[in-house]
Amino acid sequence: MMESKPNQTINKTTGLPRKRFYRARAHSNPLSDSHFPVPLSPSHVDYSLHYPQLVPSADQTDSSKKIQFADIGCGFGGLLISLSTLFPETLMIGMELRDKVTEYVKERILGLRVANPGRYQNISVVRTNSMKYIPNYFEKGQLTKMFFLFPDPHFKEKNHRRRVISPHLLDEYAYVLEVGGIIYTITDVEELGDWMKSCLENHPMFEALSEEELEDDHVVKLLSTATEEGQKVARNEGQTFQAVYRQIVPAS
Amino acid sequence: MLFVSAGDDKLVKVWSTQSWRCISTVCSEKRVSAIAVSNDGLHVCFADKFGVVWVVDLPGVDGNEASLNKKAVPLLAHYCSIITGLEFSPDGRFIVSADRDFKIRVTVFPKKPLDGAHEIQSFCLGHTEFVSCLAFISTSDCLQGFLVSGGGDSTVRLWDIISGSLLDSCEVGAKVGDLKSDATEGNCSTVTDICTIPDCTLIAVAIQSLQGIMLLSCDLQSQTLSLAKVVSIVGENFIPTSLGSSISGGLLWMVTGGSKLLSSDLSSLSRVKVISGFKKNSPDSSEQEPVVLADSEIPGGAKLLEKLQGSVSIDEKVLLAAADAVKTAMCNLLIKKQYSVEKREFRKRTRNDKKTRQ
Repeated sequence: MMESKPNQTINKTTGLPRKRFYRARAHSNPLSDSHFPVPLSPSHVDYSLHYPQLVPSADQTDSSKKIQFADIGCGFGGLLISLSTLFPETLMIGMELRDKVTEYVKERILGLRVANPGRYQNISVVRTNSMKYIPNYFEKGQLTKMFFLFPDPHFKEKNHRRRVISPHLLDEYAYVLEVGGIIYTITDVEELGDWMKSCLENHPMFEALSEEELEDDHVVKLLSTATEEGQKVARNEGQTFQAVYRQIVPAS
Repeated sequence: MLFVSAGDDKLVKVWSTQSWRCISTVCSEKRVSAIAVSNDGLHVCFADKFGVVWVVDLPGVDGNEASLNKKAVPLLAHYCSIITGLEFSPDGRFIVSADRDFKIRVTVFPKKPLDGAHEIQSFCLGHTEFVSCLAFISTSDCLQGFLVSGGGDSTVRLWDIISGSLLDSCEVGAKVGDLKSDATEGNCSTVTDICTIPDCTLIAVAIQSLQGIMLLSCDLQSQTLSLAKVVSIVGENFIPTSLGSSISGGLLWMVTGGSKLLSSDLSSLSRVKVISGFKKNSPDSSEQEPVVLADSEIPGGAKLLEKLQGSVSIDEKVLLAAADAVKTAMCNLLIKKQYSVEKREFRKRTRNDKKTRQ
């Protein structure tokens, strides 16, 4: 029996998307060429598309507001949603490679905006390959925070080069972060945790936050609780491994 | 002075231009797509098709030692992108790398390059197709220089590498189109090579469909590019694919050729021509009177041509075959294959989540 129900994918009561209609594989090939539009340069990023209420298209060139937080591999958007209300004045974006997952996050944000007028206007998502196109989205020193929560471990040694944290990619992340900007990483895979910490420790443009600084940073607590992935790890009583570093000017 | 060569044999060879001996051989894991030597001659950088730029340090220039086999270390990387150009800035402070994904990255060349080059100065973004070549304009009054780049989008662009801003863009492909009275088939106006004439603000541009070269003039004050002159090659089908200027003597050398020519008896071909008449320190481009030299007028004459080309004269048909081969090679390497949605889905058919249920 065929029933035509438009928007069956969206729950009528909450206005939020139903996850089962957005099932996707956990992995996406970061090496394959893009089939999605890529902005020519950071000045070509359409802010009025992502943040219609905060950046009306009329004065896009005048706007001094720039994206400051980037969630790399944002998955289903849990972190962005938590951060949105903690930092209501900050523009944030999630980057996700998987098509269906990006669509889910888009619908989720739209639903939340409708249900909570005035809120969640500062978050958005874009489907892109952050390992190739971060310089297209962000100017030098633009970001104040970058998040890498539970990235794909790419266990096989031959696939280590597909890891989103690597010595070479850290050059680009250091470039888009402002001096003093912070990179947050967390994983439940110990080997990956060691790898990420080691990459950051050995990079001349990053230094570790001290214990006190970690204590004082409200965002650190969100790393293991705000996302679906983090909640799953907690449910299974798994251990997490985090590395939080600050961008610094390299010693000459 | 050093000369570096690299090839599909995955070897990078460094030669002394004094003795013309190979003083060092470096093995590369992948085929090399670009090379550059630091201005002080102490480091050689080479890039591979996977986007990694490697660096190796060299001993003092008068290496009388036989080939030392050095191991290169990674300097920086463009993630999974073919690196198409590598150049050092005239003041040696920066190394510029260009890739197939339309990007140009300017990185601070550190005091200890073997530890890697981690500090990115800027990205020069603006090309709408792969970047194919890089060159620096530098004159005695402007030592820092300006970067020029050419790309598959048929433009030559002028950049300020400190900020990464695009200063000017010249649509050379369109200008070639204006010159031709007959409509050219397809868009064959990729910029294949650019070369700056030392101490001059002229840029020589080789374009895929142009039989000759286009000379652009750069105005350092207004930071703009303009078309100065087109130097056509008459009498033979010669489309240069590689350009080089002599340090002194005001000559521009042009080469075309290719290996693995399918539609010819010859396995490989090269044809060399020279343009002379460039005057140094001449701000007024109309003073320049470049002229294509006849084979007999080339320094080295017939003897040189015989060595470089295999024979003094080249058959017209062979030249056409070579032009075709070069066009195919560049397109295959650098232009991304665009698949239709149906084709993409077809290619994914072996994936588990794409298999239709029985």
